Amino acid sequence: MIKAENVIKSFEGRTVLKDISVEFGTGQTNLIIGRSGSGKTVLLKSLVGLHDVDEGAIYYDDICFSKLDFKARKAIRKDVGMIFQGGALLDASTVAENVKLPLDLFTEQSEEEKMERVNLCLKRVNLDNAHKLYPSELSGGMVKRAAIARAIVMNPRYLFCDEPNSGLDPQTSIVIDNLISDITKEYNITTIINTHDMNSVMEIGEKIVFIYEGNKWWEGSKDDILHTGNKELDDFVFASAMAKRAKMASK
Amino acid sequence: MLSIIESLGKYTLLMQKVFSRPEKMRIYRERIMYEMEALGLNSIGLTAIISIFIGCAVTLQMAITLESPFIPQFMIGYATREVMILEFSSTVVALILAGKVGSNIASEIGTMRITEQIDALEVMGVNSASYLILPKIVATVFFFPFLAIFSMLIGVAGGYGIAVMTGIMNPMEYIDGLKYCFYLSEVTYAVTKMVFFAFFITSISAYCGYYAKGNSLEVGKASTKAVVVSSVVIMICNLILTQLLRT
Repeated sequence: MIKAENVIKSFEGRTVLKDISVEFGTGQTNLIIGRSGSGKTVLLKSLVGLHDVDEGAIYYDDICFSKLDFKARKAIRKDVGMIFQGGALLDASTVAENVKLPLDLFTEQSEEEKMERVNLCLKRVNLDNAHKLYPSELSGGMVKRAAIARAIVMNPRYLFCDEPNSGLDPQTSIVIDNLISDITKEYNITTIINTHDMNSVMEIGEKIVFIYEGNKWWEGSKDDILHTGNKELDDFVFASAMAKRAKMASK
Repeated sequence: MLSIIESLGKYTLLMQKVFSRPEKMRIYRERIMYEMEALGLNSIGLTAIISIFIGCAVTLQMAITLESPFIPQFMIGYATREVMILEFSSTVVALILAGKVGSNIASEIGTMRITEQIDALEVMGVNSASYLILPKIVATVFFFPFLAIFSMLIGVAGGYGIAVMTGIMNPMEYIDGLKYCFYLSEVTYAVTKMVFFAFFITSISAYCGYYAKGNSLEVGKASTKAVVVSSVVIMICNLILTQLLRT
């Protein structure tokens, strides 16, 4: 479980997160949604510790993560995987080297054991033949899948995804969404996905948190989201003509 | 003035992070070897070309300027050697390396910053500053002094070559000049300077890249800033070290 308690974050006098409290459950796919600039990336980066919060606290299970120093956080970080918007694979390393890096740095496994784990993770994301390729030689979908492999290589308990299917075609997006959702169930991970893709919301959103202008505006499930009667949320959800038609059809 | 103090503070804090205990020495050793090749070995060609031509040009200039029956010819070799050892092979080569290696480091780390690769390392629990910057500093501090010695040898060899090819002076006199009043302490002085220059080039460039923000345009600016600041620091450091080590 990951919990944010009264989190406030400002940048140069501008408050981006305004007193946000929310809890994300274990073994389920939690989605943070909102328009561009609403503060959802700042919230995700605050949860993962890339931004220090000005006020409030972040809890990983019972541990107050936001109060820990770098050394103490390091122990928790070994249980954290993150998939960045652009993949964030190290350009100078091959796919296999990227996936193996956390094992090299934080485990005492032999080279054979490490390669076995790397192969397993790459197979899990259907990238068995990409070991020796560099990130520049991969397609967008392959980059995301390699990033997922790197994120799960240490068997994380917490998985963070920042717009995992941005820049991907709808079919590849569904593949990535389902992959993340399956991994969440398989390893009983607390997964938090930051997205503005309504397909993802309807496909895998078990818990959904809507951020509007830095506030937590609404939270619920994908079954509730179409019938909230909340103007700001409806404006976001039914922004596309297709979604509007789907709502009309459901009526 | 305030921004300079702020930058100095940020630079000091970054260096504190860089020199904290590495995660795993084996990984760092591998990265140091990689950086030695990328930053050191790959600079040999440029150093050689510039040193040989400067060695030739200095010898020619000396031969033309010192053309007098009162000045013995071996002084040309002597002057070339002094120029190459005392200033060119350390200070000027460092300025050239600040352009090549400094911009390379700043743009590499800056790109890693804006493409969230540094964030990815931090999320994994890696001390990104130490992991990325320390191997570069160790590699350059160790390798650049060899580049300086290499530059000295190539430079004086270039001078000899031009003396033989043009016949502007007796090559044997040039050799005599190279041997005249030679003190090993001059080489030690040049190498010591290069150790300091290597540290400043690498750490300043890494600092500029590490704190790059925004887009590719900002990475370009960080890269330019790295070269400019490194060059200025090299000149100031050169003055201080000359005063401390030579007087």
